[in-house]
Amino acid sequence: MAPPKKFAKFRDVMEEAKKSGAAIYQNPVGTNDLVVLSPYSIKYIHSYAEDSEFFLGLANGKLLGSECKKCNTKYATPRSHCMNCGHSTQWFKLPLEGKVHSWTTCYFGSEEFLNETPFNLVLVEFEGVNSFLLSRLTGVEQKDIYIEMKVRAEFRAEPRYLISDVHFVPANVKPAKK
Amino acid sequence: MPASRKVYVISGGVTKFAKAHPDMDFRLMVKKAYDYAMRDVPKLKKSDIDSSRISYFSDHFARQLKAASMVQDYLGLNPKDSRRIEWGGATGGQAIQAGWEAVASGRNDVCLVAGFETMSHVETWKGNEFIALASDTNFDYPVGGFYTGYYALMVQRHIYEYLRKKKFAKIKDEREAQRAATKEAMRIMAMVSVKNHMNALHNPYSQYPQKISMEEAMGGELISYPLNRPSICTMSDGAAVVILASEDVAYKYTDRPVLIKGVGCGTDTMRLADRPEGKVPLFAWEKEKDYSDLKYPGVHSFRAGRTAALEAYKNARIRNPLKELDFVELHDAYASSEIQTYEDIGLCKYGEGYDFVDKGHPFMKDVDYGLRLQTRGTMPVNPSGGLIACGHPVGATGIMQGVFALWQLQGTIGKHFGDDRLQVKGARRGLIHSHAGTGSSVTVTIMEKA
Repeated sequence: MAPPKKFAKFRDVMEEAKKSGAAIYQNPVGTNDLVVLSPYSIKYIHSYAEDSEFFLGLANGKLLGSECKKCNTKYATPRSHCMNCGHSTQWFKLPLEGKVHSWTTCYFGSEEFLNETPFNLVLVEFEGVNSFLLSRLTGVEQKDIYIEMKVRAEFRAEPRYLISDVHFVPANVKPAKK
Repeated sequence: MPASRKVYVISGGVTKFAKAHPDMDFRLMVKKAYDYAMRDVPKLKKSDIDSSRISYFSDHFARQLKAASMVQDYLGLNPKDSRRIEWGGATGGQAIQAGWEAVASGRNDVCLVAGFETMSHVETWKGNEFIALASDTNFDYPVGGFYTGYYALMVQRHIYEYLRKKKFAKIKDEREAQRAATKEAMRIMAMVSVKNHMNALHNPYSQYPQKISMEEAMGGELISYPLNRPSICTMSDGAAVVILASEDVAYKYTDRPVLIKGVGCGTDTMRLADRPEGKVPLFAWEKEKDYSDLKYPGVHSFRAGRTAALEAYKNARIRNPLKELDFVELHDAYASSEIQTYEDIGLCKYGEGYDFVDKGHPFMKDVDYGLRLQTRGTMPVNPSGGLIACGHPVGATGIMQGVFALWQLQGTIGKHFGDDRLQVKGARRGLIHSHAGTGSSVTVTIMEKA
């Protein structure tokens, strides 16, 4: 590797290190700081374990919640054991329609999702269910989104077995014909 | 507090928080803060330190596992007892309480609490990804994992519960009413942003001291509606240290120790979506009927913060925090969560947080904000500038609050800042508050002039 180039601006140091692997920062405090590129990537072999049914359900156009028959608590985001009484829960089919409990539009995001911005996040509330589901809302202009708005689940045609296999649209938007 | 020894904070030190410190790795940053703290108590020798509690949030940021052991090593504290503390955003606050436990239990006489974070080694949006990995990676992260988005969801509901349903109840059209309420909340959040940035003009350790107008604070670039850039803390490199000592030895090292009068801690579900809907755990001055139509905590308030405050006030025998506290340093990662936290820790009732700011209560008496305020200085909140203006090197942040609270209560802000504008005159008791993961983990610690 060629000797690292020197820069007075730290931003230039970062750019150069990304490009060539190393650069030197002529720090105003009087030091010469050697900055190197240090890549790091991981492929996890991740099991959804007790939550697997939920993700398999998404692939079949179903939303599965958890129900505690002992204390009668219903969860929209699955929990295999009830957080109130500790009893094991059973799967139940959630309605595909709910309403917006809260929402936001993200103009920035984690690096992984930056190219998807802006996107809307919603917490969806279902009739008679005690907890919510975090999802995205599409098919609507921002000015028309409001808390209490009715929304309907739509599923990704080609499942990726991620929570993003489901998203929501306004309930009054008709489903696309298949 | 039941059956425990009194524990004092005897010294503290903090590095300047900065976007990047490429001239110092995490060990050297901690060493600088540690040396500063040691210089302030010259009678204390390294050999007097019995143990350490060392905090940092993320192994991803450090790209070094067991980094706390490397700090212990660099400071030359081997072979004594040490451990790493991690509790998300509340890592620093938890480290102080872990140090308190080491001394209160009688196990140690002197415990060093040190924290750091080096967030500059990745770019901002990668950093946001690391932080978002502290949300459920099955159900939350893949939707667009972004902490600012999560806090935006929470404040949107807070606005709905307390502004839409009350102040804007007369507007019939739901969309119009919600937009009007949010606009009003954005104005008040901008006031918090102005307060914290302008307090920091007098704090040489802060990362973003800034003379900022309401127009600038309101007009900042939106990150997640309704949160904009000036209302959000940034990522930082930095370190902070406090030294704790037992009642048996504290006065050997300083004639101005500060007592840890009460500690409290609370938790909540990791996922926002799971937050239960029950009743508000009440302070003595609240009544059940105050909140008869409120499902609590939902996503609008932090039950962990309320729980931590209840425990800390009980231990410190505080009945009226507004009268019995002289200042608060709280975890304002977002201007919204500063307002939500006023209510959790009982500076006002739930729903009164916006008015609390609008009337001027949390502003400093002696700082000119260029705002017309009805009152000011009832309860200075984040006199240091808070996370919004000081920066948020996670593992150091809660400890930084402890350092600033120590100096407030010693009356030594002028000495350490080279400017005494931020000294709360005659401060006798202060509260520090550390908060993590959408409110899943919160500590409250009460410190008192001995």
